[in-house]
Parts: sequence; C-alpha cells; structure tokens
Amino acid sequence: MGLTKRIIPCIDVDLDENGEAAVYTGVNFENLEHTGDPVEMARQYNEAGADEFVFLDITASAEGRETMLDTVSRVADQVFIPLTVGGGIRTAADVRETLRAGADKVSINTGALMNPDLVNEGAASFGSQCIVISLDARRRFDEQGEHYARVDGESCWFECTVKGGREGTGVDAVAWAQEAEERGAGELFVNSIDADGTKEGYDVPLTRAVCESTGTPVIASSGCGGPEDVHEVFTDAGADAALAASIFHFGEYTVDDVKTYLDERSVSVRR
Amino acid sequence: MVDLAVVDYGINNLHSATRGLERAGADVEVVGSPNGLAGADGVVLPGVGAFGDGMENAGPFRGALTDVAAAETPLLGICLGMQMLLSKSEEAEHAGQGDAEGLGVVPGTNVRFRSAPTVPHMGWNDLTVERDHPVLDGIDGEYAYFVHSYYARPEDEDTVAATTTHGERFPSVVADDNVVGTQFHPEKSGETGLRLLENFVDFCAERRA
Repeated sequence: MGLTKRIIPCIDVDLDENGEAAVYTGVNFENLEHTGDPVEMARQYNEAGADEFVFLDITASAEGRETMLDTVSRVADQVFIPLTVGGGIRTAADVRETLRAGADKVSINTGALMNPDLVNEGAASFGSQCIVISLDARRRFDEQGEHYARVDGESCWFECTVKGGREGTGVDAVAWAQEAEERGAGELFVNSIDADGTKEGYDVPLTRAVCESTGTPVIASSGCGGPEDVHEVFTDAGADAALAASIFHFGEYTVDDVKTYLDERSVSVRR
Repeated sequence: MVDLAVVDYGINNLHSATRGLERAGADVEVVGSPNGLAGADGVVLPGVGAFGDGMENAGPFRGALTDVAAAETPLLGICLGMQMLLSKSEEAEHAGQGDAEGLGVVPGTNVRFRSAPTVPHMGWNDLTVERDHPVLDGIDGEYAYFVHSYYARPEDEDTVAATTTHGERFPSVVADDNVVGTQFHPEKSGETGLRLLENFVDFCAERRA
C-alpha cells in the first residue's frame, strides 16, 4: 500500500474570559467564534481517525503561553497520534519547552522568517522531523516576486505575510520554502490568506508551486470546504497532508467522511 | 503491576512513550542512570535523531542494556532505539562517525533507503507480519506512524517479524525472543500502537512469572 495521505484537524486555541484555554474558529483570520474545549476536542478527533493533530496557540501573550503549555501537556496525555504545536514560537528555548510539554513537532512561522537560523538550530538540536515551517502566503499580481504561477489566466507570485496576513514581508513564499528546506525543515505547512475561511477550496496554485519546488512533505491548509477540496489538493497540487478546521468543528463532515470520499477515488488513506 | 524502565539518555520527548506505556497498564519509571535498569520487568529504549549521537549519549547504558538483553528481560527499542539494537549504521558512516558501534544485540546494519520515493519516510504505512511474536498479537495489515531515513537490516532473516514497503520492503519490526524493535512509533500509532504496547506489557508480565 505505501504511505497514506494524511488528514489533519487543526484547532486554534485562545484564552476565554476566564483565562481558560478554549478553541476558536474564524473566517479570514478574523471574527473568531468560541467552539469548544481543546482537550475534549483532541480526544474526539483522535477517536474519529485523525492522522495527526495541530494545535495553534493564538493567545500571543506570556500568561497565555503558560496555560497553553499546560493544555498541550493535557492533550498529549490523551492523543496517541502525532501532535504539532504552533503559535508564538520565536526561540530555541520556545521549541524546547513546547516539545517538553508533549508536542511531537513545532510549527514555526514568523519566528523563522525573522530569524532563519532558528530553523538550523532547531533541526540540529531536536531533529528535522520535529521542525515544521509554516508560511502564510498571499497572492500578488505584480513584478516583485521570484517564482510565478498562472492564476485565473494571470501571472501571480506568493508573498509571505505576518500578523495573520495583515502585513506583507516582500519575501517570495516558494523561495522561502526552498530555503527552509535547505536549513533543515522537516515539513512545510502552507497557509493561504486568500483562501482562509472561504471554504471554497485550498489554494491549489500556491500548494502546487511549493510541492513542485521542494522535496519536503507539504501540509496544505486554508480554505477546505469539504472532501472534494481535500481530493483536489492531493491529486492536483500533490500535497502529502491536508489540514482542515471548521468543516470538522461544526460537524459538517467527519474525518471518516473525508477518508471514505478519498478511498472511493483510490487515494490511499488510513482506515 | 509490570514495572518498566524507560531509558533517558538526554533525548527530549519521553512524554508520549511514557504515557503510552502507562495507558497500556505499566508502572513506568524514567531512568537516567544505568543501574536503574536492574530489577525492571522490561526496558524501553526510545530514540529520535541521529545514530552516532544516540550511541554516544546512550554510551553509559551500553553495558546495562546488553545485560538486559542477555538476561532475557524484554527490551523494546523504538525508532532510533530499534536501530541502536543493531551492530552499526550507514548513517554514522555518512556522518563521518563510522566507528559508532551499536549495541549489537541484533547483529546487522542500519541502511539508508535506496529506492524510496521520498526520504525521510514519514507518515502512516501498513505492517505485514512475517513471523509471530507475542508483541504482534492481533496486529497485521494495520497502519503505524513512521519517521526515518534509515532502517534495520538484521543478518538473520528470522529476526524480521514484520515488514513495510516504501519503494522497497524493509523490516518494520525485528524480534529475537526478548529483544524487540519497532521502526515506527507505537506511542504515536493510535490504537494499533497502543495494542503493541499492551502486548509488550503482557509479554513482560509473562516473562516475570
């Protein structure tokens, strides 16, 4: 059979009004809605057949970080599948304490973009397998990029952004993905600002561009509206794994619904 | 209750292996010094990272681990921990540490994937059981979670208990009586992994009796 394509539910975790960790879901990185308890959700996804689990800390505060590490540790007690934790990881010490709390992998976004040596340092100290580089890309239809793709008949490049897509960096996302791979990233987590929250499908040109220019496993993220979108990003873009949040949170589809759809179309999944 | 010692030789995440074994019903002690292995009903050697570094860090445990193997106490090596059970590794040669010597309790060499579509082999892949062993009870054709670029090639084909295919067929479980190694991470392989850990705990209980 060989390796299967992976289905990865993701939860965004913030502090609620009582300072407790809670799951939120948003549209276009905004309008967050409270949807549940992280530990309980992780347990449910584990039982539902998720292949891995991603936990994003969106608190961005020191107090939040403490609570998050505690939550990560409680999730790790319940979930016997790989657990990736991201959000606010800026230093090797952050990587260390997140892994120590029970994460199998850390996802580093802005911290790596601002300090690319963090990728080398993390890979050397903890192994490439636990360093996931996450990028938030947006489409740009101008002449300032390095790697171009055709999107809606136009020439387009993808720019890395920070602050949830509100700020551009001028860095070409495909070039950054290649650099991150060279520096020792073990996986690439590709988010699309344009597709996020739309439920109209993953950004296939973006995902394909990263898959074709790197040899590192790619996790497609942002925009999933249903099983057909997952199928598309696997077969048309070549992603190794697909991440989804809201379709699972709001109970529109289960992980098994997605896997059944893929299985019926001869995409290998773990059942 | 079965008392298991998990060898702590300075790798970072022992959390999941420990929790998985506890879930499987064992009383687990994380042991940071070689004399802590004596008296355990079974020993678990986890592992992640490079072979040369792993052997160097685990150096102080070498004698204690070969004693465990010789005493017929169950010994489970996970991922790099499995590779460390063998005699040597191409990885150390590639890294210019050709003299890094494995434990040698399962004679053989760890080799790099030669015809795999992607290296590392990362994700869920299925197990084909080749030979019965108590730790594989109830497991065949199930999926397990792998992350590795090298794999164990034992000299004695009879010690290959399960295989997996990623471009080439490789041993995903080796077993020589009390010495068992899994290339995948049972503590990250959902129900299948927990089943294997439970089997290992039961195996330890039987051996003690």
